[in-house]
Amino acid sequence: MSSATSVKTLKIDGRDLSGRQEETILDVARQNGIFIPRLCEMDGLSDVGACRMCLVEVKGQNRLLPACVTAVEEGMEVTTDSDRLQKYRKMILELLFAERNHICSVCVSNGHCEMQMLAQRLGITHVHFPYRYPKMEVDASHERFVIDHNRCILCTRCVRVCDEIEGAHTWDLMGRGIDAKVITDLNEPWGLSETCTSCGKCVHVCPTGALFEKGRSVAEMLKRRQFLPYLTLMREENE
Amino acid sequence: MSKKRLATVWLDGCSGCHMSFLDMDERLLALASLIDLVYSPLVDAKEFPENVDLTLVEGAVSSEEDLHKIQIVRQRTTTLVSLGDCAVTANVPGMRNPFGLKPVYDRAYRENVTFDPGIPNQVVPALLPYSRPVHEIVTVDVFVPGCPPSADTIFYVLTELLEGRQPDVSQKTRFGS
Repeated sequence: MSSATSVKTLKIDGRDLSGRQEETILDVARQNGIFIPRLCEMDGLSDVGACRMCLVEVKGQNRLLPACVTAVEEGMEVTTDSDRLQKYRKMILELLFAERNHICSVCVSNGHCEMQMLAQRLGITHVHFPYRYPKMEVDASHERFVIDHNRCILCTRCVRVCDEIEGAHTWDLMGRGIDAKVITDLNEPWGLSETCTSCGKCVHVCPTGALFEKGRSVAEMLKRRQFLPYLTLMREENE
Repeated sequence: MSKKRLATVWLDGCSGCHMSFLDMDERLLALASLIDLVYSPLVDAKEFPENVDLTLVEGAVSSEEDLHKIQIVRQRTTTLVSLGDCAVTANVPGMRNPFGLKPVYDRAYRENVTFDPGIPNQVVPALLPYSRPVHEIVTVDVFVPGCPPSADTIFYVLTELLEGRQPDVSQKTRFGS
């Protein structure tokens, strides 16, 4: 980091900015107060580029690039907000709403949900796509926690926090495309999991009401996410 | 200025949006000088009239009666407003959709009934296979999400529309609200 060659200078929305070479467009944007929406990215976890909300335009590139997994480069010119990006972001988020059964009014996370807040921020007032109404499971077999697949957007934060921070790797993904879902162990009931330590990190990183604590009613599930960057930082210092 | 003809319609919803409408309190008096309420659960008109300038629709389209009603409402209305999450997203009425019709009927009319269980074939309109947002059935001009949208939101939407402007509700209400 002391080497001058590791610093890249770039333009984001016309502003001259700089970042270290290992940093992403999203990192540099965030440090400079430029808002880029995201649902799967979380400070303290690895980045997967799953939700596509953070797509940005990079001059000279035809395709849109996810800001969370695109490293900064010298001379890059990035646009984070254009009519085209607005259109795609709204479309992606509306598709997420149509994909499963998101009923904000009766959700434990009503008023604290990243997806709900983002919909409002992007100015979504209705969903243009026909809702699918799939039949999804609710697994309440765990002593303290519940997974409601109706509200899952497959961001995989739970999978990553369980593997990377807790080291248990209870969560994973199974199935492909529209059939994908998060599972505990080998798709066994959560309550029977032999690997789950009941730490609750998955619950608190979940952006929606898909993972919640038992006994929470509508709008009662407040999530504490501040712990994650500290845990990661402490571990890096110990290594 | 001639008074605008306003209607409100109650499809498959809990009436909470209409309660929120009434929560405008004394502002209703200000509105009364601008509108004629020509049809509503709050007044006594039986038939949805012709030439309505503005209609607020609460509720999802869930039954054959809702379907029939909303088509007439659309034909006779200039500006149609989806008011509240049930109209905008199907919301709670839509929670039956993943189950299909039979388990829903059985639950309501057989499993929890002690006297003469059976699906009604008169008076109660038949359910549609899915409870749907209004805009999946007819064209909607303005969307006001919220469960319910606040009285402030409804007042803002009405005054903007009455003055010929398109309301932007994104900072005032949201899904679930």
